[in-house]
Amino acid sequence: MTKERVVVRDVVKIFGSQDKEAAALLRDGVPRNEVIERTGGVIGLGGASFSVEEGEILVVMGLSGSGKSTMLRCINRLIEPTAGSITVDGTEVTTLTPKQLLQFRREKFGMVFQHFALFPNRTIAENVEYGLEVQKVDKAKRRQKALEAIELVGLKGWDAKYPRQLSGGMQQRAGLARALAVDADILLMDEAFSALDPLIRRDMQNELGTLQRNLKKTIVFVSHDLDEAIHLGGRIVLMKDGLIVQTGYPEEILLNPADDYVRRFVENIDVSSVITLGRLASRRSPALPRHKSVGDLREAVAAAEDPILVVTCEHNRPVGCVSREAVLAAKPDAEIASLIEAEIPTADGSKVLKSALRKLSAHPAGLAVTDADGRYVGTVTQDMALAALTGTSAELDAAAQSERENAWTGASPNSHWTTSATTPSPGSPSTSPH
Amino acid sequence: MPPPVTIALLVAIAWYLAGRRIGLMSLVGLLFLWNLRLWTPTMQTLVLVTLATLAALAIGIPIGIFSALNRRVWKTVSPFLDMMQTMPSFVYLIPAIPFFGIGPVSAVFATVVFSMPPVIRLTALGIMNVPGELIEASDAFGTSPAQKLFKVQLPLALPTIMAGINQTIMLGLSMVVIASMIGAGGLGREVWRAIQRLDAGSGFQAGIAIVIVAVILDRVTQAMAARARPAPID
Repeated sequence: MTKERVVVRDVVKIFGSQDKEAAALLRDGVPRNEVIERTGGVIGLGGASFSVEEGEILVVMGLSGSGKSTMLRCINRLIEPTAGSITVDGTEVTTLTPKQLLQFRREKFGMVFQHFALFPNRTIAENVEYGLEVQKVDKAKRRQKALEAIELVGLKGWDAKYPRQLSGGMQQRAGLARALAVDADILLMDEAFSALDPLIRRDMQNELGTLQRNLKKTIVFVSHDLDEAIHLGGRIVLMKDGLIVQTGYPEEILLNPADDYVRRFVENIDVSSVITLGRLASRRSPALPRHKSVGDLREAVAAAEDPILVVTCEHNRPVGCVSREAVLAAKPDAEIASLIEAEIPTADGSKVLKSALRKLSAHPAGLAVTDADGRYVGTVTQDMALAALTGTSAELDAAAQSERENAWTGASPNSHWTTSATTPSPGSPSTSPH
Repeated sequence: MPPPVTIALLVAIAWYLAGRRIGLMSLVGLLFLWNLRLWTPTMQTLVLVTLATLAALAIGIPIGIFSALNRRVWKTVSPFLDMMQTMPSFVYLIPAIPFFGIGPVSAVFATVVFSMPPVIRLTALGIMNVPGELIEASDAFGTSPAQKLFKVQLPLALPTIMAGINQTIMLGLSMVVIASMIGAGGLGREVWRAIQRLDAGSGFQAGIAIVIVAVILDRVTQAMAARARPAPID
């Protein structure tokens, strides 16, 4: 099972001289306004809890001032949390002595910054090897590692240049290389791509995805851009005013926004390019194996809600469709195969709805959704697609529900949600713990 | 050491540190000083300035570093710097005498006190102005405070510190001239003597000699400061 690398529990950060008092007041349930009034502090984090699992990209999202960067910096204590607990691989970070903290940062974290934060007086190679340099790694060895990291991010040949000789996108590649060179397997990325222009940003997002597939780092990515969060494809922790509003995979957040704030956030996102067919597919009606006889299946068919049912072959691949009425009217000893009325088009469950819209519009009976091996998963009809697009998600909720029960195991990188749906994520959807 | 050898040596240093143009300029300037028969006082002045500057830097840079790293130190030091810089320079000559008597030692002492503020101030400023993001980046990679100082803060503050060193040298030079009143030798004494005799000619000669020394010192240290700045865009 997936391992929790970083666990954040009830972390509070108050900026101001009476921070401890303010945190105590917050814990006792005193309303935020009153706490601010009484202590003169500013609440950076009002009690945030979440966890980051091994090998995932967790996107901490929110508008500016929502506390997302503060949250990130609390993880490696660039900002001291006022209260709460943060453990990384079982070690409590908040109580480390300065010396231990130093060692801990060297071993565990690589960090990438919004404005790159490259040292202007060092060449790219010297920048990239910085983390190893402070660890007193032997000169030849650290240079070799630096060059490897530089090659990994596609900056080969630029190692002797100075940061200001590089474009923004290239500088951030160098920033990423610096974080990768130290071999720490938790990457903290603070709005890493926000300062880049949109096309470069998209390139970098794709490249991070590729790197991630090979390197399997654990990444905490702070972003204010929901598109970016969705594109990165991991779980999202949505923050507002120092609190976590909702945690979940993009689809969960899009389809079941926890409150009006989240709803407004996701309003302009194109649902059809996020939600996958596998997610949308209805599993309400059973598939009818073609070699069985009508008698064996009559009860199941009578209970089915859909008017059109899918017939599958011995390998559970969809081969055609039959109307419910036809099955109910047939003789009990008739083979299902003999009743097939029409072919049914199939669609890959890992693809997004948008990619199947055209096909769906041509086939009123719907599409049979399959997994990566072509096995039948469920059906998607025009009605379901419309409901999803218009946000009337009652039907989808049911789909989501059934999906949690018969965890569909797609093999596509876009389908993390299937594995997660069974593991409850802490803090989700915690509107206000205090 | 005979003047031609010294001249060759100084020109070589200037050439190496600041390039051909300033090297040649130094050559012409120094030959001119030799020709004015001011060679010995010039060397005396140069030695005084060098000693005073080294002492000022040895005390000033650490104070600057401490001020930058600790707010309380900075708050204590800052008003003293203001005072040291606004106090008329002559005043420093007075307390030097009872301690060190009349002579070059008092002169160096007064010069050190007078020329130290810029290097303290600019060292502190240079370190404090290192962008917070870079400090954060160094922290995030587990940099110890000493590593941070030597690998990040001082290298990035270097151009500013060099500007402070330049200022300190210039103030030192002006003070060495004034310190001739308490027995510092060198070009200052030539000026002082010319004033007492109302001898405008030799006064100007010595004055021009001081200007030449000042220009050489200034250009060489400025070139060093420019070199400390990060590489420009190709």
